[in-house]
Amino acid sequence: MSKKCDQPSMNRRHFIGGAIATAGAVTVAPGVMLHALAGNEQANTGASSEKRWGMVVDTNKCADGCSACVNACNDEHNLTGFDRPETDAQWIRTVKLKDKQSGHINRMVMMCQHCEFPPCVDVCPTNASFKRADGIVLVDRHSCIGCRYCMMACPYKARSFVHEALQDQSVSAPRGKGCVESCTLCVHRVDAGQTTTACQDACQKEGHSAIVFGDLNDPNSEISQVLKSNNSTQIRADLELNTGVRYLNL
Amino acid sequence: MRSSFFSRKCFAGLIAGVVLTISAMQAMAESTYVTKGSKAASLTSCVAETDDIRRNHMDYMKHGRDDSVRDGDRSGKFSLSECIGCHSATSASGEYAPVDSDGQFCQRCHAYVAVSLACFQCHRTTPEKRD
Repeated sequence: MSKKCDQPSMNRRHFIGGAIATAGAVTVAPGVMLHALAGNEQANTGASSEKRWGMVVDTNKCADGCSACVNACNDEHNLTGFDRPETDAQWIRTVKLKDKQSGHINRMVMMCQHCEFPPCVDVCPTNASFKRADGIVLVDRHSCIGCRYCMMACPYKARSFVHEALQDQSVSAPRGKGCVESCTLCVHRVDAGQTTTACQDACQKEGHSAIVFGDLNDPNSEISQVLKSNNSTQIRADLELNTGVRYLNL
Repeated sequence: MRSSFFSRKCFAGLIAGVVLTISAMQAMAESTYVTKGSKAASLTSCVAETDDIRRNHMDYMKHGRDDSVRDGDRSGKFSLSECIGCHSATSASGEYAPVDSDGQFCQRCHAYVAVSLACFQCHRTTPEKRD
């Protein structure tokens, strides 16, 4: 069984079961471990809290005038627009920050930050907005009533609302009118065992490689190495949300 | 005399009724609800016993949806996209017909039992052609 909860396992049943198993193993056959009672095997299915998916964006590498990641995201999830930029769905967007004093311009991409303590989950009245065990924050459209509290709560303006009926959605990204949505960290790829997101692939293909996606819990992953050797920033770190998306050189 | 004649008539009626019922049941069992021109039409049974799927498909899909969306467990036996992949009919021109359009696989039964299909406000109604 994969771990479904990100809290340490303090389950009473497990404790009692484990105690009985140990006692049984000792009385039945001292010195012999009973394999069936070990219960530590990890199935490969499902999100597990042993991972925490995250992303690093290097703002120095994010090139001016490039929108490859945005286009790749739109293609991957079939985010068709209605030529109404105010309301069209936007899972990832490019942002320019200008320091008024020095004139220095930072370019970066903004999307759902996949917080450890997501405000969108706190405010959702139907539990539609939720965080998976592996840290990916999603909307369950089966229970989303489209109240848009989460859009108001999100400090990153990361979520979009679908205002109009849709057709020909992607099989891997079902979406429809009346629901809120945002970056899924390409959850369909993660569940299929792939290790890159659409935006990362596109950025790499353009030759910028500004985006690194990976497991924050694995000290040997590329993203952990990058974070270890660089000074990274969380946007609105003062909110103490422990975001899964970090920025370099910001 | 009269009573025995009446009971014989009654018995004959009963037999006829039973025969009719059996033949109707056979016709139902043999009848197929799959749409012509779909992949399902060429297969002998669904992913489970056809009767089981007819009766319980909504429960199977509901369990599957919570497992896959919330827990990321996509190993389930039943998936809506597989239903659509198999049951969507192709026309002579090779175009897929949406499963929720009139007379198509999902819509035909759901219209009959007056159950509205909410799945396809979000889910795709035809198999995906990815390049």
